[in-house]
Order: sequence, then C-alpha cells, then structure tokens
Amino acid sequence: MNATVDRAAPGTAERIIVFWVPDWPVHAYLRELQGTAQEPPPSPAIALIANRRVAACSEAARAEGVRIGLRETEAQSRCPSLVVTPHDAEVDERRFAPVLAAIEQLIPGVEPIRAGLCTMRARGAARYYGGEQPAAEAVLKLAAQLGLPGARIGIADGRFAAEQAARAAATEPGLLAPSEGVRIVPAAAAAAFLSGLPVARAADPAFTEVLHGLGIRTLGALAALPEDAVRQRFGPQGVAAHRRASAAGPQHGSELRPRTPVRELSVELALEPPVAHAEQLAFACMTLAERFISGLAEERLVCTALRVELTDDIGVRHERVWAHPHRFTPADAVNRVRWQLAAMPTAPEGVEHGREGAGIGHVRLSPVHTDRAAAHEPGLWSTEPDTRVHHHLSRVQSRLGHTSVGTIALTGGRLLTDRQSFIPWSTDRPGRRGARGSAADPWPGSLPGPAPTLVFPAPLPAELVDDTGSAVGVDDEDLLTARPTQLRVNSTALSALVCGWSPLWPLREQWWRGSPPRFRLQLQLSDGDAWLLLHEGGRWHAEGRYD
Amino acid sequence: MNPAATVRSLQQRITEMQPLRLDDRALPTTPGLRPLLPGGALSKGASYAVHGSMQLALALLAEASSAGSWCGVIGCPGFGAEAAASLGVALDRCVLVPDPGADTLGIVGALSEVLTVVLLRPPSRVRPGEVERISAKLREHGSALVAMGDWPRPESTLRVTESRWRGLGEGHGLLNERELTVQTLDRRGPARHTVRFAGGAVADPALPEIRRLVPR
Repeated sequence: MNATVDRAAPGTAERIIVFWVPDWPVHAYLRELQGTAQEPPPSPAIALIANRRVAACSEAARAEGVRIGLRETEAQSRCPSLVVTPHDAEVDERRFAPVLAAIEQLIPGVEPIRAGLCTMRARGAARYYGGEQPAAEAVLKLAAQLGLPGARIGIADGRFAAEQAARAAATEPGLLAPSEGVRIVPAAAAAAFLSGLPVARAADPAFTEVLHGLGIRTLGALAALPEDAVRQRFGPQGVAAHRRASAAGPQHGSELRPRTPVRELSVELALEPPVAHAEQLAFACMTLAERFISGLAEERLVCTALRVELTDDIGVRHERVWAHPHRFTPADAVNRVRWQLAAMPTAPEGVEHGREGAGIGHVRLSPVHTDRAAAHEPGLWSTEPDTRVHHHLSRVQSRLGHTSVGTIALTGGRLLTDRQSFIPWSTDRPGRRGARGSAADPWPGSLPGPAPTLVFPAPLPAELVDDTGSAVGVDDEDLLTARPTQLRVNSTALSALVCGWSPLWPLREQWWRGSPPRFRLQLQLSDGDAWLLLHEGGRWHAEGRYD
Repeated sequence: MNPAATVRSLQQRITEMQPLRLDDRALPTTPGLRPLLPGGALSKGASYAVHGSMQLALALLAEASSAGSWCGVIGCPGFGAEAAASLGVALDRCVLVPDPGADTLGIVGALSEVLTVVLLRPPSRVRPGEVERISAKLREHGSALVAMGDWPRPESTLRVTESRWRGLGEGHGLLNERELTVQTLDRRGPARHTVRFAGGAVADPALPEIRRLVPR
C-alpha cells in the first residue's frame, strides 16, 4: 500500500537546502592550529590519517593524487611534500559548532548531519529572501565571512538529492548552477537529476556489488524497479536505497529534525568601578541573579548547584561551587555572592599585602547542576521546611554570616566532636550517603550510655591529681597510676572532690602506623558534676561535661 | 447553703475551669517535667529561667520538638547533639546559632517569630526594654523562652540544687542514671521536685520501671 502511495505522489519530498564544506576536517585542523597559536603547516598539501589511511585531505593534496581511503605510505609516495597528522573527530565537531550557531542566526531549524554538513528547510528561507538562489547566496556570504570560501549549497527535493547536488559539478545535467558554489535542482526534477548518478552513492559497498552483479549501475536503473520487488528481494536496506534513488519523500513526518538551539545559561556582569563591599555587590547582582534563574526557568530547569566566579580588577579570580538542598531562588543566589565576597581574605587596614585588588570587577554565575523543574514542584503535603522558617533564618544568616545559623546532624565517629557536624542553613548536607558512616554503626571506643550535654568544640586542657597532689597518668597496663581525687580544668581546680570514676577505656586507632592509644574516662565529682576526659599523649583533656 | 460550702463549690468550679483556659496556652511538655511547671506545661508567651543544668533546659524543649515544632538553641557553642537527640529533640528541626554576636536579644526576637521554644544563654547584661520587646513577641507568636541564667520576671525559675549520678563506682561502672533536685519558684510559691533521667531521657514518674531500651 505504501508503495502505491509513493508512486502516486513521487514529489512529496520537501525542498531542502544542504550546506557542505568540502574537506571540513582539514579546515577544522587549520582552525585548531590557529586557535592554539601553533605554526601553520609548511605545505598546503595536508592529509589527516586515521587507522593508517587517509581520512581527509586538502585540495592541494588531492591535486597530487592523494585520495580518501589511500594508505598512508602510498599517499606519501604520491605527494612527497604531504603533511601527515592524525585525524581528531572531536576537533571536527567542536570547530563546526560555531558555524552551526552562525547559520542558525540566518536560517532557523538546522539539522547537523556530520561535521561539515548540515541541512535546513528551503521553504521559509526562500520566502524570506525572495527565492532559493538569494537564500543560498546569503548562506554563502556568511560562510565567506566565517573564512570558508569553498562552501557549497545544494537545493533539491529531499535530503539525499540536495546532498548529491551540493557535491555535483556545475556541468552535470538536470541541475542549475546560477553562481559558484550553488547547485539547484528544480522542483520535481530530482529523480531525473539522480538517474544518471552511479548506484554507489545511495547504497553501501556490499549492496552496490550485488546491484552491479545484477547489471544495475545507475540510480535511475534502481529507481525503475518496482518497490515491492525491491522489498521482497533486498529487504529494508534495499527499500531505503530505492527510496533515495527515486527521490521519494518520507512516508510520514519530515526528513529534517532540526536541533534545539543551544542556549547559554550562565550570566555575567561587569562592574565599573569595582565594588569592594559585600552589600554593594549583592545589590548590584540582584537583577543578574533574577536573569539567571528566569533563564533556567524558561528552559524548565532549576538550579541545584551554582558556580560563582568573582574576578578582581587585577584579574585574580575567586571561584566557588555552592550547593543548595532544594533549588536556588534569586535571593539565594545573591546570598551566595555576598557570602563568597565576605569570606574572601581582605587586606588589613593600612597593609599593602593580601588582596590587593580594589574590588570585584566581574561577576559570573553559571549552573553546575540543574534538574528538571517538574521534579521540584512542591508536593501536596509539605516536603520542604516551612517557608516562614526559611525566610527568618535566611534573614538572620544574612545578618550574621553564612556559617552562623544551621542545624546539627549526627555522623559516625569515636570522639564527641566527630560525632556531630554543623550544617549551615540552606546548604546541602555534606556526605549524606556518608564517607564517614552513620552514627548507629559500631564504633569501638565510642561512648556508651548517656552523652554529655556540653561538648567542648576544642577539648579543654585538664589535670587529674591524687591526694598527694601529684598528677595521675596511665600506666602500661592501661590502668590509672593512682586514685584521682581532684580535677583541674583550664588550670582552675574544681572545689568538689572526685568521688567516682569509670575504668579507662582505650581508643586504639591506626596502631599499625604507630599512633599511641588514647583513653577515655568518666569522672563524677562529689557535688554531682560529671565530666568526660580524654587522655592523649600524656595529657588529660576535658571532652565534655554532663551539665 | 452555708457560706463555707458556697466557697468550696465555687473553688471547685474555678479549678474545673482553669485547666480549660490554660490548655489553650499549653505547649507539649515531657511528662516527667509537668509537675515542675505552673499549669502543668510550658505556656505560650512565657519565659522560664533554668539554673544549673543544660540537660534540664534541653528536656523542656524535647517534647515540643518531637511533636513537630521548630526549636532554637542560641548562644551555646558547646551544644551536645547526641544528648539532645536522646532527650527527644529532633535535630533537623533544631536551629543553632552558636555565636549570635553583640545583638543576641535582637536575634532572639527575630527568631521567636518562627521557633516555638527558644533556648537562650542570655548575655550578662539585659536591658529591660529589650526584655519587654521579646516578651511581647513571645506572646504575639505563642512561643516560649527558656533562659539558662538570670532572666527578668520569668513565669517560673527552676534551680538545680542537687545532682546525683548512679552507676559509677571507684574505678568501675559507667554513668547511667541521674537524679536532679530542682527548686522551683513560681506563682504557686517555692517547691522542691525530683527529676530522674534514665538512659539520657527524662524518666516518667508514673512509669518508674519501664525504660527505653534503645535511646531515641
């Protein structure tokens, strides 16, 4: 049924423009050399080699007899001055991206086929420029501006015919060549144009050999076969070649799938004169942050991690990545800029060292992690902290600084200070999936029973003395050397005497590296006070207090 | 009906009505601490002064926190998170401001709008105007303040007069149970209470034998 439809309407293929840069890999190679400030090759005859065979060669090399697919040694023997370099497909693609973006500015809806070749619909462009030829001229003019004077344009019904037209010489039959580099196959004349071309253009080598064996040498001869017969004899591969040869349009939809234009999501702001104060910078960045977030929102994205780059007026760059537990709002982004500037080392008054720049001259915000906005819609039941709480805490945070407000999470560890970690408000929890493990894991040597309510962020120096006034230590058998009677913390003797103490329990960590063991001791004073002590390197420290 | 009987019946009616009125202003309170507080619970808009024990002060926060309210601990750099968690404080809803700087009371005033119970180590000098402003905010937003230290005109003052530990001997055992004697002073007059902590949590006096096997 499809075959009858196609035969009944053979001209359903839409008009397609193909933009082709011959020998693009060579152009890309030369541009890469230019971009990395290297010397150009000594000879214009260049061959790019992949797998010991020529993958691309320049026009000068071709004139000497170098062909694509030739072995490297053979190519060098044909052209002794040939410059041979390895072919890098990544460079081809990377150097073609700006060309694509420039063409997109001229004609929207570009589909890249491979590096050096792209297609677009002819209909809109022809209407805008007043004809297919002026549209082609406009693209060629752009190519000349981009430094690609040898670019070719082919316009025909369907992509295959247009590509063949772009590659065709001006003298081939069935084709108009109104100017250098433009080849136009008139509407509904694609099949006639293709009929003279060799069958190898539409089929892979193995299939071409089969067709040659059957005496089919031109695309016209292939197109003359009934499609049903081709399908029965050669299957889908044969049908595809047959459709290309007969210049039939696709069965449904469009041949062309234009790419979505790439959008730059990061934003930047130049400040003149430079700004030195965090508040001023935050104020200047408000609209920038709003532009940043709304740009992401237009792409239906939310930002969960953000890179802030602050550049001094003397070119020193301060860069930091900020994560957010939920999603950045403009106010959050401004806060990160403020905190980053506030946390930067500043030169003390009257001293010429430190940060010598007069302030920040350039701000750049770029997204590091984005997520689909649909995954961040607020649920029916609240899954985020109360917005009022967040609002008030953020205000306090902007008054006191980033690390001044937060919550505490329990983590794994042996010492009290290791077992809790402070998480500043509205930052992501570090290592939620835990490099350090969970607090519930077994930690040999950790504190059993109730934990002290006061945990000293830095252990206080302490002394433990017996009734004769000499210091109590730890002997070789992990026992106290004497009965402790008095405790001194921060070199102040506590008035109450020691009335109870626990056995020493050791913390042996990394003994294979020779780390000395540490010991812990619970101590009860006669007034009901209780302390947790840590013995380390011959000295006592107060780790926590049961207040 | 004789006057004495009338007075008695009226008093009975008053006591029947009082809890109803007070309950509107009651915050969830740990059962073991209810006898210490006037009205049997922490009251919205009130401030409390606790002397001598951080564990007791944190225990006042615990029930409200585990009931889903946000709590805050302001000005305590040595906050023991594990002890708080075993008392029943939900750490992910417990906001810490370890170093509030010069304007401690301003921060307290700002945060009392969203935090239901605020634990504060007050600065040495407190101006009466600031206290009035904070009290007004507490009343307006229905939150309570627990100050660890002197605080002007508290609803109740809790002073730990004695602390006893059980479980530790001379070179053996581990700290386990704690008993605090608390002297309270409120509108009911001075009174003496005993608060028992077992396994890091407040033991309910009504259920003396049952202990939590796994600390919360």
